[in-house]
Order: sequence, then C-alpha cells, then structure tokens
Amino acid sequence: MPIPALPAAVPLSWYLILSAVLFALGVAGFLFRKNIITVFMSIELMLNAVNLSFVAFAYQFKQVDGHIYAFFVMVVAAAEAAVGLGIILTVFKNRSTLHIDEVSTLKN
Amino acid sequence: MPPIDPILFFIFAGIAVLSAISLVVQKHPISSALSLVGVMGALAVLYLLLGAEFIAAAQLIVYAGAIMVLFIFTIMLLNAGSEHGRSRSRVARYLGIPLFMAFIGLMSYLIQSRLPATKGVVFGGFTQAGGLEIGRSLFTHYLLPFEVTSLLILIAILGAVVLARKEI
Repeated sequence: MPIPALPAAVPLSWYLILSAVLFALGVAGFLFRKNIITVFMSIELMLNAVNLSFVAFAYQFKQVDGHIYAFFVMVVAAAEAAVGLGIILTVFKNRSTLHIDEVSTLKN
Repeated sequence: MPPIDPILFFIFAGIAVLSAISLVVQKHPISSALSLVGVMGALAVLYLLLGAEFIAAAQLIVYAGAIMVLFIFTIMLLNAGSEHGRSRSRVARYLGIPLFMAFIGLMSYLIQSRLPATKGVVFGGFTQAGGLEIGRSLFTHYLLPFEVTSLLILIAILGAVVLARKEI
C-alpha cells in the first residue's frame, strides 16, 4: 500500500497537537466572531481543548489527578455557562442586540 | 490487520477538527451550537480511548447535555439570527488564515521536537482511572476543592437567578 504504515500506538504528541489545534480554533472564533453567543461557545471550545491535554497527560503519567482537574474544569464551565448566559439575557433585554461591537459602554 | 487505535484516533480527531472549523465559520448561532455538540461527542470518544470513562460520561452528560441545552435554549429564547456581515479589517482577512497555519505548524514542531519519546497511547493501557479511583481521590486528597466547588455552584445559581430577573 502506498500510504505509510500506521504505528500500533497513538503517540502522545498527536493528542497534544489536536488539543493545540482545537485551542487555536477557539481563539480564532473568539477573536473573529461578532455574536456574543458564538464568542461564548468559542470559550467552551478552548476549555474542552485544555481538558483533552489534561486527560492525555493523565494517561502518560498514569495518575488520576489529570482527570480530577478535567472534572473541575467541567464544573467551573457549567457555572460559567449559567452566569454568562444570564448576562447575555440581561444585555439583550436592555439593548436588544447581540452584536459584540454595539455593546461598548465601557469603551468611552 | 491495521492497528485500530490510530484509525479511531484519526476518525474522531477529524470529526472534532472539522466540527470546530464549522463552529468558527458558520454564520448562524444554532449551526455553531450543533457543531460544538459534534466536537464534544468526538472528544468523549477520545477520552474513552485514553482510558477516562468517568470523564467521557461526564463530558456527554454535563457538556453535550446540560450546557448545550442551555446554549440552544438561550439562542432560541433571544431569537438570534445570522450575523449581518460587517467587514472585518483587511489585516485579519488576508493574514488570519496564514498566521493561524503558521501558529499550528510552530506548535506541532515544538511539541514533536521537545516531547521525549514515550510508548504511546493504546486503549486499555491505563485502567486505574475508573469511578472508584476518581471518587477516592476526590473525597480524600481533593476534598477541599470539591467542597469549594459546591459553594461556587451555589453562587453561580444565585447569580443566574438575580441576572435573569424581570427588573434589573
């Protein structure tokens, strides 16, 4: 077959590169999107990418602590989603816009 | 017989990356939210490959279940339409994708060159992370952070209730 032979085990670096790619995509979405909800979803994507790194290192060191940290990140993300979406609701109620450039009271 | 671990990794890593790209480029928030569900499902399978059953289940229940329902509920409640295309800066339009690729390439090179050679990840290579071990660690070594977490969630609930009230 012309394709190179696959290794029997996945190298740890592939997981870390996947995590870096997902994190960079999250940063790109955070910077370029204009909808508050989509920006918020990009933050969730970044948190997920970091979780993947935690779990991959937990496998590498054969310790359960990485899983605990991933669990805490999930809990904090859940709390953050509840509060953040409440803030988005309030912003929309007061200004009836979700465009991120139109919410600029603190700018001036 | 080709090895199954890299094949599964490539399938689900591909799903994760394609869904993440779709999250960034879709115009409508609902499409982005469904792409995020795809990312989270693919990451749950990768967690299973890494021997993290508890985290995989929590990922599906907490992220793909609770948090995404919250997002989609908010999108539908606010009737969020597609973004009206406001032109972004010319620097971002022409340099964004090349700089992104350069950053990915740099990160891959650094990770590949600096990480010491290890044995690699096979399914079943790390089985000491079931619910028993996580529970034991959570309730002995990490008991204080766990209890503080409950306080954090209580404050978050109060904050969400206050923010979502009628008059504010």
